[in-house]
Amino acid sequence: MRRIVLSWILCIVLSIQVVNGWLTANNARSPLLSILVVSTCCVSRLHGYLTYLALRMPLKGTRPPPGSPWPMPKEWNPTSDLVTFDPDNFRFSSNLMNCDIVIQAIERYTPILFGYKGVKKAAGLSPLTELKMTISSNKCDQYPRMAMDESYELSVGDTAELTANQVWGMLRGLETFSQLIFYQDGQIFMNKTRIIDGPRFSYRGLHTDTARHYIPLPILKKNLDAMSYNKFNVFHWHIVDDQSFPFVSKTFPELSKKGAYTNKHVYKPEDVADIIEYARVRGIRVIPEFDTPGHTHSWGKAFPELLTPCYANGVPGTPIWGKYAAYENFDVTKEFVYEFLGKFFAEVKEVFHDEYIHMGMDEAYYRCWQSNPDITAFMQERRIEGNYSKLEQYYAERTLGIISDLGRKYVIWQDPVENGAKVRDDTVVMVWKGGNTAHEDHWNSYMEKIAPRGYNTILASCWYLNYIKYPPDWEALYTCDPQDFNGSQAEKDRVLGGETCMWSEYVDGTNILPRYWPRASSVAERLWSPKIVKNTTDAMYRIDQQRCRMVRRGIPAEPILDGYCGDYDWGFGDVDTPEVDKPPTCTGGFRLEGRITLLVLPLLIVFVL
Amino acid sequence: MTMSSFVGIILLLIAVEIPGSFQHDRGHSKFRGPQVSQTAGTPWPMPLSYHTQATFTYVDAGEFKFTDVDESSSCSILEEAYNRYFPLIFGRRPETLFFKSSFKAPTDAMTELMVKLEKPCKDTDYPMLESDESYTLDVNGNQAMLSASEIWGVLRGLETFSQIVYQSNDGGFVVNNTQIVDKPRFNHRGMLLDTSRHFISVPILMTNLDAMAQNKFNVFHWHIVDDPSFPYQSEKFPKITNMGAYDPETHVYTQTDIKNIIEYARMRGIRVVPEFDSPGHTSSWGYGQPDLLTKCYTGSQPNGQFGPVNPVPNSTYVFLKSFFTEIAQLFPDHYMHLGGDEVSFACWQSNPEITSFMKKMGYTSYSQIEEYYMQNLLNIVGGLGKGYQIWQEVIDNGAKVRADTVVEVWKAGWEAEMEKVTKLGYKTLLSTCWYLNYISYGSDWMAYYGCEPFNFNGTDAQKQLIQGGETCMWGEYVDGTNVISRLWPRASAVGERLWSAKEINSAFLAQSRLTEHRCRMVRRGFQAEPITGPGFCREEFGGV
Repeated sequence: MRRIVLSWILCIVLSIQVVNGWLTANNARSPLLSILVVSTCCVSRLHGYLTYLALRMPLKGTRPPPGSPWPMPKEWNPTSDLVTFDPDNFRFSSNLMNCDIVIQAIERYTPILFGYKGVKKAAGLSPLTELKMTISSNKCDQYPRMAMDESYELSVGDTAELTANQVWGMLRGLETFSQLIFYQDGQIFMNKTRIIDGPRFSYRGLHTDTARHYIPLPILKKNLDAMSYNKFNVFHWHIVDDQSFPFVSKTFPELSKKGAYTNKHVYKPEDVADIIEYARVRGIRVIPEFDTPGHTHSWGKAFPELLTPCYANGVPGTPIWGKYAAYENFDVTKEFVYEFLGKFFAEVKEVFHDEYIHMGMDEAYYRCWQSNPDITAFMQERRIEGNYSKLEQYYAERTLGIISDLGRKYVIWQDPVENGAKVRDDTVVMVWKGGNTAHEDHWNSYMEKIAPRGYNTILASCWYLNYIKYPPDWEALYTCDPQDFNGSQAEKDRVLGGETCMWSEYVDGTNILPRYWPRASSVAERLWSPKIVKNTTDAMYRIDQQRCRMVRRGIPAEPILDGYCGDYDWGFGDVDTPEVDKPPTCTGGFRLEGRITLLVLPLLIVFVL
Repeated sequence: MTMSSFVGIILLLIAVEIPGSFQHDRGHSKFRGPQVSQTAGTPWPMPLSYHTQATFTYVDAGEFKFTDVDESSSCSILEEAYNRYFPLIFGRRPETLFFKSSFKAPTDAMTELMVKLEKPCKDTDYPMLESDESYTLDVNGNQAMLSASEIWGVLRGLETFSQIVYQSNDGGFVVNNTQIVDKPRFNHRGMLLDTSRHFISVPILMTNLDAMAQNKFNVFHWHIVDDPSFPYQSEKFPKITNMGAYDPETHVYTQTDIKNIIEYARMRGIRVVPEFDSPGHTSSWGYGQPDLLTKCYTGSQPNGQFGPVNPVPNSTYVFLKSFFTEIAQLFPDHYMHLGGDEVSFACWQSNPEITSFMKKMGYTSYSQIEEYYMQNLLNIVGGLGKGYQIWQEVIDNGAKVRADTVVEVWKAGWEAEMEKVTKLGYKTLLSTCWYLNYISYGSDWMAYYGCEPFNFNGTDAQKQLIQGGETCMWGEYVDGTNVISRLWPRASAVGERLWSAKEINSAFLAQSRLTEHRCRMVRRGFQAEPITGPGFCREEFGGV
């Protein structure tokens, strides 16, 4: 009896919220409708439909209940039954309690679940006391890999269970579990739910350029946090470029000594190891990119002999502004270059653990090579005179061979392949051009050229987040599908996934996080969730919920709709300071809006009687 | 002021740098390394007269102090400014300084800045539209003297001094021999923040006031309420706040919050001009103040929707008088902004009460009834002894306003509008060019920098009426997470346009100075984003 009374009380309270949200959304004030909504809800048992985004303008789309996951799982069956948790009496258990990845995940997610000041178990509901996590491989994997298994099943009922084949699936499932929780008046709730989930694509990458602007370590780590909240699994670290060489090499320390912006704008070996470890325990691979033969100006500061002297009027090392500088691309005809790269990548192999290295190879413009008589002579010798894509091919063959001999695999940008060079069959080709859909060269035309040649591909074109315009632009990011090109099923199956890129001409630690998030979340759902999950009006509120979730977790994710994030918004604690490691100051949970309680309550009572 | 009508305009307005085809943007050869080199120790915005020599003097951070030439003319505004500027000059957080200063300053290093204030300041002074912000700054060897007529000039001069001291490669702080005679080109250098579409917390507003002071802005135009929410916590009408705020406990500005903001701004020589926009943009007022808004009709029945403030009943004006009396008491500035923009007539047209009232009054157009409303409101506020700032539509509709009214031009075609408004003899502000909520890829600051408020046909007398301008940050897509990095240093471009001489208008010449200025802001703890292409700051946000 007591339970029924309690459930009625809770039902009424929650219903008010439903009506409230509905009313505010529709700007309507019909009491009859209120009764209708309330009664429907109460008859159909307790329901956790609460809104906390007060949008006053009527907008289309289904509002998701709080505790809606992002990206959308393959199968998500929430029920209207609620459970609660007692922060003082809850534990994670696992068959791999001695595995560092499991231990650290539990340490991370405990404060994420219960760390907000003053949250407590909901009255009238019996709390779940345990999440039982079973990893059926019974193996504590060390590093995430291309072929890792990220699938999992999660059930929250009278008990809560998470099962996965590998620890990586356990991590993804734990993230989902943490998103199902929501707070109401400082009380903790979760809908009873059953989820069967696994990623659509195995490669879900996020790229950061740390050469045009240096991105400090704490910011990179924050970004890895945000990546894990969105189930990204590859950090593509475009670590050096023309502008600077922040990577500290032990073999060639002069590279960063002369090529970095300053001796403080560097990533030392221990910094890189720190990032890799931070990513590893979150199930994120770190693929470094050492872009060659173009984009190598900063290498030339310490080793000018790597670069091609460009000629003007027969004089080597002479720039023609607008065409080339004094020195450009690597001089691919010199054996020195390959000896150097052999030693350099042997070190890279030791520093980075992923099976893949990104070898760049984009935008190796030919003009400087064309001006250089030694290169012309070399090409004549090889009977490839005038055919610079063959020179590019020669370089690709030699360097990919170096990587292959080191026992590593490679990703390259599309350029050599597009130019007609034949690269090794096992090369992963990243398609990056044609993102401006207003242009003729839509990305799918490149995909259609490259995919039939048998390469595995990754799409990046649609997701260049450095390009900005007046919002909302998340929908365009959301609706780009990497398999939407004309090709055979086999070609589409060779699309390993996608990647969102942030070239850093105009970003650094000051603005990179709000520029990524939640725009990158759009990409995350496209790459994780089933293809059919693509309705932007439905996604709109769920991605906003995800953005508010990130804000609570200390990621300054920018707004994409009018509104607010419940009783917490950025800056409610201390103003964000450069010490970004500091956890966010949060208070309470989402709070009931009492705005029309007085209007509805008497009507409710009348109705109930 | 919602922006739908504005999008088209802005596309034309901002020189959008859309890349023809996406590139990795390696840039051309000359752009390897930092795209723009930085100056060292140059001020932003550029002073009216600025002479500097290569000769420099060390400044002894351990011994340095500000000295009043005449202590009796000092006040708390000045004393607090000294406390503020010491860490601004020598490092907000010394441990993050790029060069750890084990440096020992030589014995002939500068140890003080003499400050000469002619008109004694009082603890109760407020900055005004007419305040004198001029100052002179003379650094000669280890002697430095700042003089100004009013406290507001001293504040501007202290900022300039804090910018010309810089850290040299040996770790010591140095200042070049410099003579500056400075005063603003315009009296009103404003920034609008919209705290209705998204709430912005008090600490972030204060951070922004700091940034404004460091760019010599002097008006915080606080667009505090609008359609989406009503965060102003009214004493007389708490129901409006309770029902109109996003969250009446957390997403509100209490009376104390507002007093704190006003005080924080005053200390920095910044006026706070609140905007309570009406009769449009008032949805959020209606939840807690029934019958204030016009009921919209479908056929002969109200359809549950609400439009602008209902201009007909007397109760509207009773309410407005009471409400604005409260506002007038809370905000000390002579001016308040009364809005008056973007009134949609559709709801008025549907409402029979409005129709019959118009018939009674002999009105033939809805802009006449808008004028009727505004005139009543202006009379009420004028009766409270306040001046007002209004959006251009009020004048366009032909309302009679007080002679000291400041008209804010925000629509496209501003040149013609400025010509018209100044011809009518009103003080005028320009904001059309400086809507910073609109974003585009790349160095969009150059367009803001290049917008010249005098570029309209008018006599010298007309141009004299231009009080300055405002840069606007409407809140559709910004909140605490991104407002600071979106504003700064793009707003700095506007800051220089409004402060410096008209001839200081080459973005190319400005970019090295702006790059230093943005890094200076980063060193001082602001999330000022990079806007001049690849490069670095000695101290980066987030570390280094």
